[in-house]
Amino acid sequence: MNAVVVGAQVDPLRIALVGNPNSGKTALFNRLTGSRQKVANYAGVTVERKEGMLTTPKGRQVQVLDLPGTYSLIATSPDEAITRDLCLGRIVGEALPDLLVCVVDATNLRLHLRFVLELKRLDRPMVVALNMVDVAARRGVVVDRAELESRLGIPVIETIAVHRRGAGELLERLDRVVPANATDTMLDFPAEPSDGLHDEVRGILRAAVRTPPNAHALDDRIDRVVLHPVLGLAMLAVLLFLMFQAVFAWATPIMGGIESLIGSLGAAVASALPAGLLQSLLVDGFIAGLGSVLVFLPQILILFLFILALEESGYLPRAAFLLDRLMVGAGMSGRSFIPLLSSFACAIPGIMAARTIGDPRDRLVTILVAPLMTCSARLPVYALLIGAFIPQRTVWGIFNLQGATLFGLYVAGIASALGVAYAMKWLRRDRTREHALMMELPSYRVPHLRDLAIGLYERGMIFLKRVGGVILVLTVLLWFLASFPAPPEGAVGPPIHYSFAGQLGQALQHVFAPIGFNWEISIALVPGMAAREVAVGALATVYSLSATDADAAVQLAPVIASQWSMATAFSLLAWFVFAPQCLSTLATIKRETNSWRVVLGATAYLFALAYLASFITYRIALALT
Amino acid sequence: MLLSELPRRVSARVESVRDARADDAVGRRLRELGFVAGESVQVVSTGPFGGDPLVIEVGDTRFALRRAEAARISVRVPTGTGPGRGDTEDASQ
Repeated sequence: MNAVVVGAQVDPLRIALVGNPNSGKTALFNRLTGSRQKVANYAGVTVERKEGMLTTPKGRQVQVLDLPGTYSLIATSPDEAITRDLCLGRIVGEALPDLLVCVVDATNLRLHLRFVLELKRLDRPMVVALNMVDVAARRGVVVDRAELESRLGIPVIETIAVHRRGAGELLERLDRVVPANATDTMLDFPAEPSDGLHDEVRGILRAAVRTPPNAHALDDRIDRVVLHPVLGLAMLAVLLFLMFQAVFAWATPIMGGIESLIGSLGAAVASALPAGLLQSLLVDGFIAGLGSVLVFLPQILILFLFILALEESGYLPRAAFLLDRLMVGAGMSGRSFIPLLSSFACAIPGIMAARTIGDPRDRLVTILVAPLMTCSARLPVYALLIGAFIPQRTVWGIFNLQGATLFGLYVAGIASALGVAYAMKWLRRDRTREHALMMELPSYRVPHLRDLAIGLYERGMIFLKRVGGVILVLTVLLWFLASFPAPPEGAVGPPIHYSFAGQLGQALQHVFAPIGFNWEISIALVPGMAAREVAVGALATVYSLSATDADAAVQLAPVIASQWSMATAFSLLAWFVFAPQCLSTLATIKRETNSWRVVLGATAYLFALAYLASFITYRIALALT
Repeated sequence: MLLSELPRRVSARVESVRDARADDAVGRRLRELGFVAGESVQVVSTGPFGGDPLVIEVGDTRFALRRAEAARISVRVPTGTGPGRGDTEDASQ
């Protein structure tokens, strides 16, 4: 009787998945826990902590931790340090796991078994999950499981993370694990040198594994194209083109749908409530702010779908290999390619993706230049200004002048990112430490739908929660600034003129006059700090047009076309290429670098560049027109 | 010879990894990744710009290494082996 009661009250069993990168660890985690996952950060560091729950066939609750992939307990990056410290029980607030599940890829045992042997020295309860046995069988790799088990001295369980029943044996095993009581012990780092482990692995492989000589023939055939200096680059260019085509073409109808949905929601609330402060707060502040966040979700999800599929398939490290030399020339690393690519949708996921860069300096440079990539929030501003000032004309037979201008703005963003990274490299002039690459090119895999869906959901939620929250708060704050104080009796001109935001804009006008901005633009830049695209709506408000974000551009274009000079328009375009006009990006930089100095430095250099570029653009345009 | 000098698609064996300095994290990591004496190794591909980095196959795994990293690894081409993928699997037979 007593035992049953106690049994029902004990804490859930805690297991941790460990293993080399590309062992299929996360796929196994997804298989075990499904959607019962929580993603957070380890305290004080920007390493993702993934935790999930599962229930065994006998009804036991198990807490599963997916530790960052690592090649060795001798860590070379913050991610690997977390895995090491957790396995040793050295993280405050994280108990030693009751069981380590070391995941190995059955097709790559020569590399992965070394880490198993290293972990074994910790002398903790442990099982080996021999993952991807299906792929191994297809390639003719024969693993003698009993022999492997006896040579390792650790239970070996076969798993196929992508099959519905693929983790069944592991689940049954978990029912038999006795929780260790050593929850607050701290283990010592194994003192013996690990140089001999490879010899041990070779002995085990000789006895327990048979690999046919052509086991990696398919990978080799694909690599002959993908890694080819000409074909490989051509393929990368086509992939990137398709991706951007998809991001901008497929997302447009969905974005239109979201905009009209938000518009009708706003209209419904506006008609349901009496005109006044509450209505204005809800419609102009809250709902408009929500819309400005949601409207970018389709583009971000499509971009991430591509990036996740390329990542799962094993292609992304190959792209990083192809571009590495170019990125090194600019002071970054091939690994910077992925974060910068994400930044075309939004700098926030891009900056977060920079976590995969092991070298801290490469990572910092990548974070600092990511905001220069043309994110989708700049598009409404670009669309407004191009539509108003660039004639719809065909040049050189095939190019649409408006399209060419947009392309030019993208190129300006990329060129300035490379230039800034290069300048930082030159300023450091520090050759003492080597930036190592040492990047694994994993076997090709067909991306699994379930893993894509979970990954996409995870990143979508991160965007909505972390970014959406910030934008929402700021939009409401800016609504307050733009609505108070109310204009005095008998005032002429738009009400925003008399508000805090208006006063601020008029003060800013003195700063912005040399680069050709009038007071209307200066005011619009204030709410534009929340998110760039808000500037379009703010301009519409300043010009006293009652319009939602969606058709603001249409009505605004003729007005500004007649009131602004060409030089002012170009100056504003140049401003938006550089300006750190998005507080969420700065908030993300703070979160990811944990340093106000970096945030201040990034803000200062981006504003300085924006001002300089606008000044030069304005003066040249004035001289030419 | 050094791995960075090995021609493409020529099978060789790792002799040793030299540390560039005391407590060289790069050298240690290379050994952990499988660059240990006797392991089969070959240059699979070279980067499109300036021939850097290199794609190296060691054992059953492919890695992208910069030339500076590959230059830490000395290799030996067994006599009588020409270009090709033969002579790569020994320990697993």
